[in-house]
Amino acid sequence: MSQEKHFVMETFNNPSVSPLDFASSSINRTLTAEQKIEYYRQMSRIRRFEQGSLKQYNMGKMGGFLHLYIGQESIAVGCASLMGEHDHMITAYRCHAHALAVGMNMNECMAELFGKTTGCSKGKGGSMHFFAPDKNFWGGHGIVAGQTPLGLGLGYGLKYNGQKGSALCFMGDGAVNQGAFHESLNIAGLFNIPVVYIIENNGYSMGTSQKRSSAYKDCLAQRADGYDIDWDLVNGEDFYELRAKVNIAMERAHEQSRPTVLEIQTYRYYGHSVADANHKKYRSPEEIEDYKKNHDPINLWKQRLISEGILTEESAKEIDRSAKQETDAAVVFADESPAPTIEDVTDDVYWESDNNTEASKIGRHFFND
Amino acid sequence: MREIEYRDALNEAFDEELARDENVVIMGEEVAQYNGAYKVTKGLWEKWGDKRVVDTPISEAGFIGMGIGASMLGIRPVMELMFWSFHSVAFDQLVNNAACVRYMSGGLINVPIVMRGPANGGTNVGATHCHTPEGLFAAFPGLKVCSPATPSDAKGLMKAAIRDNDPVYVMENTLLYGNRGHVPDPSEGDHVVPLGKADIKREGSDISLIAHGRSVLHCLEAAETLQSEHGISAEVVDLRSIRPLDQDAIIESVKKTNRAVLVDESKPFCGVSAQITTLIQEHAFDYLDAPIKRVCTIDAPAIYSKHIEDEQLPNARRIIEKVLTIA
Repeated sequence: MSQEKHFVMETFNNPSVSPLDFASSSINRTLTAEQKIEYYRQMSRIRRFEQGSLKQYNMGKMGGFLHLYIGQESIAVGCASLMGEHDHMITAYRCHAHALAVGMNMNECMAELFGKTTGCSKGKGGSMHFFAPDKNFWGGHGIVAGQTPLGLGLGYGLKYNGQKGSALCFMGDGAVNQGAFHESLNIAGLFNIPVVYIIENNGYSMGTSQKRSSAYKDCLAQRADGYDIDWDLVNGEDFYELRAKVNIAMERAHEQSRPTVLEIQTYRYYGHSVADANHKKYRSPEEIEDYKKNHDPINLWKQRLISEGILTEESAKEIDRSAKQETDAAVVFADESPAPTIEDVTDDVYWESDNNTEASKIGRHFFND
Repeated sequence: MREIEYRDALNEAFDEELARDENVVIMGEEVAQYNGAYKVTKGLWEKWGDKRVVDTPISEAGFIGMGIGASMLGIRPVMELMFWSFHSVAFDQLVNNAACVRYMSGGLINVPIVMRGPANGGTNVGATHCHTPEGLFAAFPGLKVCSPATPSDAKGLMKAAIRDNDPVYVMENTLLYGNRGHVPDPSEGDHVVPLGKADIKREGSDISLIAHGRSVLHCLEAAETLQSEHGISAEVVDLRSIRPLDQDAIIESVKKTNRAVLVDESKPFCGVSAQITTLIQEHAFDYLDAPIKRVCTIDAPAIYSKHIEDEQLPNARRIIEKVLTIA
C-alpha cells in the first residue's frame, strides 16, 4: 500500500487527523468563481429533478422503478466536471444525475420517465436506461454490474484508437460482489485499460448493509490490490477532495493507461428505489436525518462557497428556484409530449433495418403476423 | 476448382476482413499465440500482431462485455467462444447488453460485434459442451444468428457477419472444421453470402428436408438413399441463416413438394424447427399433404457414451425413417 493510501485510510478512520486541504490541489486551485457556482447549480438541478420525478411518480405519471440519486449529487457533478473530449461515462440504473451532469436536458430526461417519444430513448428505455453517446454518456444499465465490462470496453476502444482518454464506470456498493466486476478488474489490470471504476458506496445494496453483504478488510476498493490496481477512498461530501482524487485516477488513465478503483463514500436519502418501502426499517430514521442535517453534499458545498465569499444564501436560493422552475417546465413538456405508437415498437431493434440497407431486405427479421 | 477446409475458409474470411477494415479485432481464448483451440485462427496473430488478434483470459463475461463496450465506440470485435456452450457464463452480456442496448437507447447506439464458435454435439464431451443455442439466441430480437454447413458458406457468411452493423452470432461445428469443399478463389472477387438467404442444396419434388448446420449434410446423405432405394425425390433446403430467416425459400419449397421434414440438432421444445413448423402451417397449410415431421436431438441432455451419442443426434437413418412415415 502506498503512503498516500495509508494516509487516506487513517484520515478516514480517525476524524481527529486533519484532512488534506484539497481546495489547493492543482485541479481545484484554478477554478473560477463561475465554475464553482455552476457546480452548485448542477447539483441543485439534479436534486430538483429527482424531487420532481418522485412527485410525478407518485401521481402515476410513469411506470416501473425510480432510483433516486438524492444525497449523492456531488459525485456525478464532480466527475462530469473533469471530463474532456475523450473521457466517457457509463453507470448503472441510478443514472439521472449522470445524464444531467454530462449535459442532457431535463426535458428529454423527464419525457423518458413519462415514456414519451421525446424522451432521450424515445420512451424505450425508461428510468434506468438514459443514453447520450454524443455527450460520451453510454447509459444507464439495469443489471447490477452488467455495465462493468462495458466500461472496460470503452477504455479498450479509447486505447485501440490511440486516444488519451478514460472511461468512468460507476457502480453501487452492491455491485462489487458480482463476477462480471471481478472479471473486468482482472482484464483492466492485465491489459492496462484506462478505466476508472467508481464505487458509489451509499452503504446499502438495496436493503442489505455493506457489513451484511460484503467480505472486506478495510474497505471495498481495497479488493483492487489483488489485481495490482491502484485504488483510493474518497469522501463524497468534500467536493474538492472528490475532484482531486478522481482527477488523479483520470490522469493515471490518460498518462499511464492504467485503471483505478475509487470508492466514494456517500448516502442516499430515499430507498433503493421508490418501491423500497422498507428503507426506514433496515436503517434508522436518525441515521437518515443525521446525513441530511450534517452531511448533505449540496449544503456543504454551499457553505463552502459562502465561506469563500462567492455565494450568498440569497443567490443560492435563486439558483434553487430556477432549478425548480426548469423541473416544472420539464414536467409540462413531458406531459404534453406524444406517446409512442404501436408502429414504433419494432424500430430501433436492428441498425440495418432502421437504415433500410440492402442487408435488411434479405430474409425475415421480425416474426409477428 | 479450389477446395479448402471449413476452418481455413473461416480463416480466410478473418484475414480478408482484417485487411479490409482496421477496426476488426479477433478476440478470444487461445485465438492468438496458440493459433486457436481448433486452429481456425491459425497464423493470424503472427501476421497481424497483438493489436488485431488478442488472447483473452478465460473470462467470457469480461471479454465479451469488453468487446460489446468497445463496439459502441466503433471497434468491430470478432469474438470466439471456444464452445458456444460457454455462452451461459456470459449470458447477461450476450442478451442484455448486445441485444438490448440499441433498443433501450432509442437507436442511438449499435453493437457491430460477431460472436462465433462451435455449437454441436457428437464429440463425446458430455452435456455441458454440447449445447446448440441457435434457436435460443434467435429468440432475442436485436440479435442475428447463422449456422453455415459448408466451407463456402462459412467464409461467405462470416464476411457478411463482420460487415453487418448489428450483433451476429455465428454457430460453427467442430465436426465440420475438417470438411473440404469448394470455396471461390479470392482472385475471383469478394465472396460474401448475405444473412437471411437460404440455399437449395439439392433440388427435389416429393418432400422438403429443411435444416441448418451439420444437419444439412445428414439430409443430403439421406436424400441420396431416399432416391436410390425408395424412389423419393427429396429437396434439401439449407437455411444457413436462422435470423434473419429466408421464409420465402421455405414456403416455396413446401408448396412444391407438399411435404416437409425439419431436421434440427437443437432440442425439439421451442427449437428452430418449432418456429419453422409454425411458419409453414401459417403460410402453406393448404399445400400440405401430410403433417410436418421433425428430426431433432432426442430430448434429454447430451449423452456422453460414444456408443449411442450419434443416435441421439439427427442422422441420415433417422431422417429416412421419418420421411418414410409421410412419403
